[in-house]
Amino acid sequence: MDLAFSKEEMAFREEVRAFFRDNVPPATRQKLQEGRHLSKDEMVTWWRILNKKGWGVSHWPKQYGGTGWTSVQHYIFNEELQMAPAPAPLAFGVSMVGPVIYTFGNEEQKQRYLPRIANVDDWWCQGFSEPGSGSDLASLKTRAERKGDKYIINGQKTWTTLAQYADMIFCLCRTDSTAKKQMGISFIVFSMQSKGVTVRPIQTIDGDFEVNEVFLDDVEVPVENLIGEENKGWDYAKFLLGNERTGIARVGVSKERIRRIKELASKVESGGKPVMEDQGFREKLAAVEIELKALELTQLRVVADEGKHGKGKPNPASSVLKIKGSEIQQATTELLMEVIGPFAAPYDEHGDDGSNEAMDWTAQIAPSYFNNRKVSIYGGSNEIQRNIITKAVLGL
Amino acid sequence: MDFDLTEEQRLLKESVDGLLTDAYDFDQRRKFMAEKGGWSKAFWGKLAEQGLLGLPFSEEDGGFGAGGVETMIVMEALGKALVLEPYLATVVLGGGFLRHGGSAGQKAAHIPGIIDGSKTFAFAQLEKNSRYDLYDVATTAKKKGDAYVIDGEKFVVLNGETADMLVVTARTKGSQRDHAGVGVFLVPGNASGVVKKGYPTQDGLHGADITFTGVEVGADAAIGDPENGLALIERVVDEARTAICAEAVGAMDESLKATIEYLKTRKQFGVPIGSFQTLQHRAADMFVALEQARSMSMFATMAGDFDDAKERATAVAAAKVQIGKSGKFIGQQSIQLHGGIGMTQEARIGHYFKRLTMIENTFGDTDYHLRRVTESGGLV
Repeated sequence: MDLAFSKEEMAFREEVRAFFRDNVPPATRQKLQEGRHLSKDEMVTWWRILNKKGWGVSHWPKQYGGTGWTSVQHYIFNEELQMAPAPAPLAFGVSMVGPVIYTFGNEEQKQRYLPRIANVDDWWCQGFSEPGSGSDLASLKTRAERKGDKYIINGQKTWTTLAQYADMIFCLCRTDSTAKKQMGISFIVFSMQSKGVTVRPIQTIDGDFEVNEVFLDDVEVPVENLIGEENKGWDYAKFLLGNERTGIARVGVSKERIRRIKELASKVESGGKPVMEDQGFREKLAAVEIELKALELTQLRVVADEGKHGKGKPNPASSVLKIKGSEIQQATTELLMEVIGPFAAPYDEHGDDGSNEAMDWTAQIAPSYFNNRKVSIYGGSNEIQRNIITKAVLGL
Repeated sequence: MDFDLTEEQRLLKESVDGLLTDAYDFDQRRKFMAEKGGWSKAFWGKLAEQGLLGLPFSEEDGGFGAGGVETMIVMEALGKALVLEPYLATVVLGGGFLRHGGSAGQKAAHIPGIIDGSKTFAFAQLEKNSRYDLYDVATTAKKKGDAYVIDGEKFVVLNGETADMLVVTARTKGSQRDHAGVGVFLVPGNASGVVKKGYPTQDGLHGADITFTGVEVGADAAIGDPENGLALIERVVDEARTAICAEAVGAMDESLKATIEYLKTRKQFGVPIGSFQTLQHRAADMFVALEQARSMSMFATMAGDFDDAKERATAVAAAKVQIGKSGKFIGQQSIQLHGGIGMTQEARIGHYFKRLTMIENTFGDTDYHLRRVTESGGLV
């Protein structure tokens, strides 16, 4: 039992850190530090820098452009990326549909989609949730009816993150309405420019437009856009959701935010002295730091376990990472609110889509706090994670 | 980076777990508790036979040269079985002072007795007004020729009544809350001028309030520098804190196991109560609390090898905070999920709760250690 990273791992950390230091565009870094949104261009620009370096799809198998790194190297890469801070690769392409395609897709699909995912030539979005199917995802109603060499798709998806930027969608559709609910679902991909696709933005409580409704009316999709086998889509969805296991704790994001809290709390005064000198505030912050250290160790235990025993079944401990990780992220945004106090109030009506260069740095603190309430809801709500622990770990 | 046990450590874990499964069920514990002094000499002998009392001592001192991980393994196992015998007081604390500060003569005089089980130790540190500050010492050790004369009162000394040897903190100079001037002294439990008032503690262990009146010991009784012992005390107490973190993880682990078992078997409304989602989610939260505590117990254990004393102390303090919080949550919820049965002295579960509660208040509670982490500037 040894906490120390090996010499090679330390050298790797230095290499990654130096690359981020020299290559993340300064405006991108600053916006992330201030909890602001990036424009589409800013994100794509960064991802292409990353891809050019060969790190765009680092965890993919080598033959599809992956790096062949160890679990520990992936952990280090993600932590440094989050602390830089730099935008994480677009999860919908890189972590979700990409692995489904290289695991279950045919040769033609791999050739057609994978390089474009890696270079973000296509921006992908996820068509899973529906108005009536959130935690009970398998109850989804969107139908894909086969007519000759086409599927005709009808239904509605929702909470579709950044669909306004998307070129492609991967969609769970019901292809057999007579089967048991998990059994009749297929995994189909298609262009967002297809006739019959309508995107309607949903404004969230932070005032921004991150998620959308996607209406599908008689959308015609060639049958070759089916990934894997018809009616096996639920298995692929489960594979996809279990794929991103350790990154979900977002330890680096919380570390970065704690540094920012300390920086701001040293500048903002309360009672004639910096907030950072207030004992009550400092203790609250230290308590979060301790929780975060425990989470980091828990994450390292999962990473080490993966390294030893391979990426077999999802480790149920990843549910611990999701629960604690989201709680800590939320706690850090709460502390930022406390630091800024009454100056959190002014609301910039222009919102923050990445183009509002004049935005004051204080303006995004409350929206970021509001926005972060989502992290305990998405990706399987924390209550669903508790159900997973109950069944998979405790055997209740 | 590696969280796995070595082959030897795995074997150690198997053997200590096996010993406790065979020899230390809850009924047996009750019988041991009724023995003189509140613990079993025979079982202590078994620990010695298996070499467990010699683990951390160097090979030249007759031990096995084991490190923090081995102590963690043993303490976690002792926590699972709620062991009463004075491993913490004797091996971790008494042994710790000898290992880190003892002269060759002191080691030769005392370590063999610890290893073969013939001698137990107790650490007399807490005073009426010191609470958790290790430097806050009113007990005095005054030089008299070549000897020291110790006067003062110590409280809640774990294993204090039956210990053969006491390790006593006493001030050689300065005033009560000075960091300098604190020494550590070896005092035989039966020395003239030592008066002990023993009692059981809430968790079934035994403590004693001890008065020292004109207790004379030789110059060779001082462990380390009698005028500058604080760094030694902090180091050994950090090891003890780390050890009770592991003990607490064992107790939490067993509490959760027992609670899950109860949820599966106890029926109400015609179904096992574990089928109710409210209780399932509570149990899931207990699991989260346990894993976070386990991580921090490992962190504190590995921090024992940190070169920087401040970094080590902060890591141990952080672990103690996490263990305090997780222990309180798991302890309280174990009782809650057991319902009325959890309130009975007869059921095992409440005894885990009591031990966890006392661990929180040993060598600094959650608030105390949170302040220490805060003052150190945090962990990020």
